[in-house]
Amino acid sequence: MPKGAARNGIGEKERILERDDDMALKLPIYMDNHATTPVDPRVLETMLPYFTQSFGNAASRNHSFGWEAEKAAENAREQIAHLIGATAKEIIFTSGATESDNLAIKGVAEMYREKGNHIITMAIEHKAVLDTCKRLEKYGYLVTYLPVSREGLIDLDELRAALTDKTILITIMYANNEIGVLQPIEEIGRLAKEKGVLFHTDATQAVGKIPFDVQKFNVDLASLSAHKMYGPKGVAALYVRRRNPRVQLSAIIDGGGHERGMRSGTLNVPGIVGFGKACELAEKEMPQEMARLRGLRDRLKEGLFARLDEVYINGSMEHRLPHNLNASFAYVEGESLLMGINDVAVSSGSACTSATLEPSYVLKALGVGEDLAHTSIRFGLGRFNTEAEVDYVVDRVVETVVRLRELSPLYEMAKEGVDLKQMQWKAD
Amino acid sequence: MAYSEKVIDHYKNPRNVGSLPKDDPSVGTGLVGAPECGDVMKLQMKINPETDVIEDAKFKTFGCGSAIASSSLATEWVKGKKVDEALKIKNTEIVKELNLPPVKIHCSVLAEDAIKAAIADYKRKQGAGAKLQAQPASAD
Repeated sequence: MPKGAARNGIGEKERILERDDDMALKLPIYMDNHATTPVDPRVLETMLPYFTQSFGNAASRNHSFGWEAEKAAENAREQIAHLIGATAKEIIFTSGATESDNLAIKGVAEMYREKGNHIITMAIEHKAVLDTCKRLEKYGYLVTYLPVSREGLIDLDELRAALTDKTILITIMYANNEIGVLQPIEEIGRLAKEKGVLFHTDATQAVGKIPFDVQKFNVDLASLSAHKMYGPKGVAALYVRRRNPRVQLSAIIDGGGHERGMRSGTLNVPGIVGFGKACELAEKEMPQEMARLRGLRDRLKEGLFARLDEVYINGSMEHRLPHNLNASFAYVEGESLLMGINDVAVSSGSACTSATLEPSYVLKALGVGEDLAHTSIRFGLGRFNTEAEVDYVVDRVVETVVRLRELSPLYEMAKEGVDLKQMQWKAD
Repeated sequence: MAYSEKVIDHYKNPRNVGSLPKDDPSVGTGLVGAPECGDVMKLQMKINPETDVIEDAKFKTFGCGSAIASSSLATEWVKGKKVDEALKIKNTEIVKELNLPPVKIHCSVLAEDAIKAAIADYKRKQGAGAKLQAQPASAD
């Protein structure tokens, strides 16, 4: 990373660590960019006037405050549409990707109820999709949850076989939020088009990071979110195809009829302006950023593999976001590893980090054993990470894993040649 | 989740980490938990058969910081105690000492189980007498 390159969002408590190579490292390091991203300072700058000066309601038709706000929102709509190969009228603003997923799935389910009651999705979708589908099951819809391979990919033949004349929607994500695995979205889109079934994709983790084009992929509905791409939280969009075919949705939020009646509610103009700017920046910088983050991710992976044995990658490396790494560090429980690297922000698939005491359902669906799922760590690299940060993270992870393996009875037993899978464990 | 200072201290400076010779008839080994559950504790004690005093204790734990702290604390508490006293250690005392939140109570339960399992293993070995070859501790 060049000197003086942008960094932000860490806060006052950060420490400065002087390194031998004269590169100052600020702690803590944020490497959890699948959870959220910091707002790019250029995005924030664009947003600020819309809080205090151009604060109008975009739906106010009678004065310049309203016109100004509307113009800003429409400009952002163009920027967002341009990034994904859509037209501005196909962008519906929402409060978050969760709402976008709900609107797409529930909206189609209700609107096309006469046509059919079958929905196809996948086992490793985000909960915003899975739980929405589960709710629809209670209302009499039938849902197929396609399994995934060890690589984290669906089988297109299984998708084809699951289609019935009652199928009204296929909802399959592009990039997974835990393992970064990319589904064969172009093939899914082609199949959906051929069968005349609507295709929704939760593209939240992909848009702004890798190329995504609704025309090329034959996508009818797509969820995207600003805060995953250096924009603000609380603003997102649903792409709704208007031509070939024209997709209709039943609203789930009723009111003043904003967003062509599909999503009532006053527009979050500053957020939308930021979302638009974030899309413009992403589009312009994507090729360089993808290459740079892929380089950093590979450096991270190689650094860990060079110094540790029994590290396992979860999901396909080939079909994967360039900035994601999800690895299991055998014999070291994930939460204790996070505790050891407490100046690095990453996340774990371990049960202990969740409220449910169940390890990651995504890893489970891949067939990763629960023992290894408990040892998994997700690294999400982002625009503001540097090579020096990656090197620091490698050092910290390696030293912590080595220390915790010394503490691990499982590591000791494995080294003594005990087959842990054959043990009769006395669980509590 | 925020950890208590005591949990952090045990996590950073775990007491009595290591292993005792499991075939030694005066060593009891308790291995509890399961990798699928995210917690495995191995707690070992060296007990003087003449005095019933726990002369040494060691542990190794696969688990979260609270599990590591619970087992580290357990080794501290059992050392120097008589077997009967060690059996009286309750998980609730561990919870109190380490300020464990409700979601981590199972870590303290596991530590109590490990103490009991180690003592049971020791008694089994002692009862089996010298004529039998000492068996490696099993987890069943």
